[in-house]
Amino acid sequence: MSKLQSFMGWVDARFPATKMWEEHLSKYYAPKNFNFWYFFGSLALLVLVIQIVTGIVLTMNYKPDANLAFASVEYIMRDVEWGWFIRYMHSTGASAFFIVVYLHMFRGLMYGSFRNPRELLWIFGVLIYLALMAEAFMGYLLPWGQMSYWGAQVIVNLFAAVPFVGEELSIWIRGDFVISDATLNRFFAFHVIALPLVLIALVVAHIIALHEVGSNNPDGIEIKKNKDENGIPKDGIPFHPYYSVKDIVGVIVFLMFFFAVVFFAPEMGGYFIEGPNFEPADPLKTPEHIAPVWYFTPFYAMLRAVPPMFGSQFPGVVVMGGAIVVMFFLPWLDRSPVKSVRYRGPLFKAALAIFAVSFIILGYLGVQPATPVLTLMAQIFTTIYFLFFFLMPWYTKIDSTKPVPERVTS
Amino acid sequence: MSTEGVDTSRRRFLIASTSAVGAVGVAGLAVPFIASMNPSARARAAGAPVEVDISKLQPGERITVEWQGKPVWILRRSEQNMKDLEGMADKLADPNSEIPQQPSYATNLYRSSEKHSDVVVLIGICTHLGCSPTFRPELAAADMGADWKGGFFCPCHGSKFDLAGRVYAGVPAPTNLVIPPYQYLSDSLILVGEDGGAA
Repeated sequence: MSKLQSFMGWVDARFPATKMWEEHLSKYYAPKNFNFWYFFGSLALLVLVIQIVTGIVLTMNYKPDANLAFASVEYIMRDVEWGWFIRYMHSTGASAFFIVVYLHMFRGLMYGSFRNPRELLWIFGVLIYLALMAEAFMGYLLPWGQMSYWGAQVIVNLFAAVPFVGEELSIWIRGDFVISDATLNRFFAFHVIALPLVLIALVVAHIIALHEVGSNNPDGIEIKKNKDENGIPKDGIPFHPYYSVKDIVGVIVFLMFFFAVVFFAPEMGGYFIEGPNFEPADPLKTPEHIAPVWYFTPFYAMLRAVPPMFGSQFPGVVVMGGAIVVMFFLPWLDRSPVKSVRYRGPLFKAALAIFAVSFIILGYLGVQPATPVLTLMAQIFTTIYFLFFFLMPWYTKIDSTKPVPERVTS
Repeated sequence: MSTEGVDTSRRRFLIASTSAVGAVGVAGLAVPFIASMNPSARARAAGAPVEVDISKLQPGERITVEWQGKPVWILRRSEQNMKDLEGMADKLADPNSEIPQQPSYATNLYRSSEKHSDVVVLIGICTHLGCSPTFRPELAAADMGADWKGGFFCPCHGSKFDLAGRVYAGVPAPTNLVIPPYQYLSDSLILVGEDGGAA
């Protein structure tokens, strides 16, 4: 026995290192027919690591104080060695996170990855998405620019719209009567400690759930139903080395795009970092036009689409929250006998395409100033967004399907 | 482990009672953690009243002061403005200020104190989602329409208010702008944030 083997034997008697390696990597059998869409899970993990590493370095120079925060970010940008690079990686990483996660979620919708037996896997995923939105929102306040300040003011005031306890609730969240130093300080605490811990715990739960039930695939076939004499799925290949190596190719391509943005267009024309955020926060003056960062705009468009009722903004808040809550029920709304879009009929294909287009249009409407025409459009597309979910039990049931093959197609 | 001779109902009772006591303890311990996120004594003290000298405020002019960290506008309206306010009712959601967004001494057509009915004191935060509307005093401003009599426009979601802070009907903001408690210490000195119980 070699020295390494005997050392691993010593470790394994005390900690299941080899067992975990095999369970999650070298003997985790993933379907052999993964396509392009299957890069985004591992890329999301990569972006999480980028955000944590750059975030740790940023906290070494950032000051969570209303009088110092804006200047400390500029200090990082100008005087700290490579500070601009670390900060632009972090700000670009925030947008990259949402791009990757949206594509990952769309993949799940296409191939029915949320269906039995992967309901909990999907729910953990939606929770990750929620935690990610909270993380991004709180992080956006930290530079203490005009858009940071007024964006936070608008979003925290959404809670004030809750009947009866709203006013108290929003004061409790802010720790003050307006967004102030107290708010900045606590958002910093949530952004760097509380939410990253929650995110990591949820990611671990997501992966454990995935490895318990096994990965879905573009054919929506359960590969575990077809095993060879050794109990290994005939259509499965070990994640390591096959997919670990494949994913590295995806990582390289992703990083090419990522660093192109970091180096050449870190503000991305005002979409990744908005113009007014280069002005320090001024509690007495709202910028001419305020809009959230692009990844929140579909929900922001929904919020604005709903007029106040009974002298309260609450219905709009309910619609916006409902747009996310409804995702939790997806596994039980889909009544189709097949999982993958490949074997579904025209109704589901059309519904999915209209849904995706509506989401993008809502995202566009969310960055535009509200005019009567655009508001009407937002109302129409908000309705379509919800109809995708509410009508799903009906159109997936009556939709035609194609026969699903026994084994995955190549 | 043998379960023979185990009194299961007694065991269930013990599990339930220890769990209940534990839950009460956790709930009790949660109180200080939750309460620590309320505004601190210092944040509450920062809501102290501010004195504002309005002797140099000309008709049609507005000044902005900070109270409780919020923008407070003090605006002196011209005679024309005062006349215009009388004919606004059909465009407004709450022309008579029936929703209590103001102290009783400002519950009138001009939403101002009798002492200086031309001077209005407003909290410059939109009642929709908390942006600070912009001051648009010019009559018939091109982008506001020909019958615009001056007022405030919120850039965030397009709410409109007249020069008394009354909200237009059909805009996102549900209520009129809030009027803080205030009192005149002298003819030209306003104390914002304290009215000596006049309300």
